[in-house]
Amino acid sequence: MNRRETLKSLLMSSLGAGVIASTGCAGSASPARRISWTPLPDSYSYGRTAEEKDYDARLFAESYLSEHELVTIAVLCDIILPSDHPNGGALDAGLPEFVEFMVKDRENYKLPVRGGVAWLDNHAIDNFGADFVNVSEQQRLQICDRIAWPDVQDPELQPGIRFFSFMRDLTLTGYYTTEMGFRDLGYQGNTPNVWDGVPQHVLDRHGMSYEAEWLEKCVDQSRRDVIAEWDDDMNLIT
Amino acid sequence: MLAVAQQEYDVIIVGSGAGGGMATNRLANAGLRVALIEAGGFYDPADEAQRTQLRYPWESPRRGASTRRRPFGDYNSCIGGWELDDEPFTNGENTDFRWWRARMLGGRTNHWGRISLRFGPLDFKRYDVDGLGDNWPIGYEDVKPYYDKLDKFVGVYGSNEGLYNDPDGYFLPAPKPRLHELYYIKGARSLNVPVYPMRKSVLTKRLNNRRGVCFYCSQCSRACGIHADFSSSTVLIYPALEGGQVDLYTNTMVREVVTGDDGRATGVSCINTLDGSQLEITGRTVVLAASACSTARILLNSRSPQHSDGLGNSSGHVGHYLHDSTGASRAAFLPDLMDRDIYNEDGTTGGHVYTPWWLEGENLDFSRGYHLEIGGGMGMPSYGFGFAVNQYNEFLGERVGGYGNSLRDDIRRFYGARLSIACRGESVPQFSNYCELDPTVVDKWGIPVLRFNYQWTQHEINQARHMQDTMEELLEAAGGILLGSKPGADRNYGLTQPGEIIHEVGTTRMGSDRKTSVTNSFGQLHDADNVFVADAGTFVSQADKNPTWTIMALSWRTSDYIIEQMNQRNL
Repeated sequence: MNRRETLKSLLMSSLGAGVIASTGCAGSASPARRISWTPLPDSYSYGRTAEEKDYDARLFAESYLSEHELVTIAVLCDIILPSDHPNGGALDAGLPEFVEFMVKDRENYKLPVRGGVAWLDNHAIDNFGADFVNVSEQQRLQICDRIAWPDVQDPELQPGIRFFSFMRDLTLTGYYTTEMGFRDLGYQGNTPNVWDGVPQHVLDRHGMSYEAEWLEKCVDQSRRDVIAEWDDDMNLIT
Repeated sequence: MLAVAQQEYDVIIVGSGAGGGMATNRLANAGLRVALIEAGGFYDPADEAQRTQLRYPWESPRRGASTRRRPFGDYNSCIGGWELDDEPFTNGENTDFRWWRARMLGGRTNHWGRISLRFGPLDFKRYDVDGLGDNWPIGYEDVKPYYDKLDKFVGVYGSNEGLYNDPDGYFLPAPKPRLHELYYIKGARSLNVPVYPMRKSVLTKRLNNRRGVCFYCSQCSRACGIHADFSSSTVLIYPALEGGQVDLYTNTMVREVVTGDDGRATGVSCINTLDGSQLEITGRTVVLAASACSTARILLNSRSPQHSDGLGNSSGHVGHYLHDSTGASRAAFLPDLMDRDIYNEDGTTGGHVYTPWWLEGENLDFSRGYHLEIGGGMGMPSYGFGFAVNQYNEFLGERVGGYGNSLRDDIRRFYGARLSIACRGESVPQFSNYCELDPTVVDKWGIPVLRFNYQWTQHEINQARHMQDTMEELLEAAGGILLGSKPGADRNYGLTQPGEIIHEVGTTRMGSDRKTSVTNSFGQLHDADNVFVADAGTFVSQADKNPTWTIMALSWRTSDYIIEQMNQRNL
């Protein structure tokens, strides 16, 4: 089994054992629980140059985040966009793997993500005696409530607020750029069509209408396939 | 290793973008033997191995995010960027010039927004209008016949409005405005700011039987597999290649133009970028269309006893008068567009409406105009979608942030509720803004690189301030709540850095005085009659219009001149 296979499912509590032992609070750890997610493809084909293919292959072969960091990100993403929804959530969209790829792709993401996870653990240990994934679910939500709102002024929480905002951005972008995200949004585009203006019921709803003078300049879609010809005065005559 | 191409060509064309593509098409069509040299590789958007059009974000591991090689996103068709491996450039003191280069067949026509605006009569005679810079040696009447031919040959949608400095053309019909554009129109009208259909090189109607008709995916930037948008490769070069008159040399970087004892060109020296080997190609004429700055670089690197300061540089003007369009932008949240009905409004690429410069002749504290491009709509989610998901809550008295399934509601609530404006303006060309050879730095192939020296003047800075005021008024008139803060004097009013708009021109400007210009009005070097420039280097001034349409019109005019001169045995 390769690393990616392993990563699909991680044991939450055992990974935190080292930290628990060192703080002497092993007793407070929640019972072991597996967290798993839908894996993402490990190869892509979408019009890349040879150089780009090499670059992406190198990223896939690399690992940057530790298993502890990944499981923490998985738990966090799951809180941000839970899977208890008909259109699925962050874990169904393979978010931990997406975050890992982006972190490898962008040098300037590496430290903020690593440091952000560490801050979260520091905060959980200081307040609840174990790292983030090993405190109780209620305690985790308590932490999130402190750092999920950018208007909170407490200076001590600012690094956490910044990290949480970053993870919320990555979670939503990672989810809404998947098929299930498209379904959740109801996105209708990216398909061949004949644009003929805003639907009438939408115009009505917004109190808008097309001016006759403007429409005269617009394409008559029933003649779009007739080859264009003009008279000498620049008037389109077909 | 040095190889010599077997045959002598009638014309060697350097660069396959708008200018080089047009010259290739026209000169090959006239029966001339053409060598077309491109520094990057072959490209065909219809080739499944190169296709990015109509791909969904999940087909990319980074969901369409930008990379160093694709700064405008993972699916953008243009391979190139601000920084190229092995091909550095440098900036002189107080300069932050950005130099964007494409390395592929079709050059930067794979990247542009397809906005195709003719220059107007005033744009060729700006010195007569404001006493700054210089007039072109030609006027609108000289270029108009080529714009007319270009409209019919390449295709452009738009509308005839009878505007003096935004002339009418042979337009294909325009696409209808989108909803946010209707809001813009309404707001602009209330301020007496005119709005017209955009002018874009996209086929909204069949132009010929070679190319398809737009199917409204909004993805011209990914290159169109049915060639319904204009790019140099699909529209100009492929047809020319079919004629058998053209030898295409890809992955071939021109180092210098070789000249003989009489000072005339005999060919070019090139480097194969894949294996580093050298190649000499000989020909009767050379057309440089490598982009304004790359062409200047080649000329400056073409030193010989007859051309000691570089080919075509007896005036000392090669590289000078470099100028780019100005730019500034602003966005607003449009509460009227919250909780939208969702439908497919991809349309053609970018905006369907625009505002051309409307204050000509007004008493302002800057001299040149700008136009406005409108953005917004329910675009396809890609990397970045959902960032700052509910930031607009701030304007609704609700809390920003949070987590959980309520974020889904925020996403839908604010989807497409944004209106943005980007301004593109004309700058005043300056002799003191220039590129030159860096005396010590070379690229991977040992070719001396460019060093840029460029500062905006008070004209551009004041223009940017005016842009900011205008954008605020227009966005608010459309019902928008302004986002971000208005950049002030400390940030040059949000004025883009020179080079950033990727409209750099003027480095080999045309003129009738050989002491103050590099080429004549046909792009022919004053110093070597068989060397021509067919890119935007010859522009005396870059109007607030995007330069591509004028590059192609002038390249066609240069091509006709070359054919005529060859027929008269002057070349």
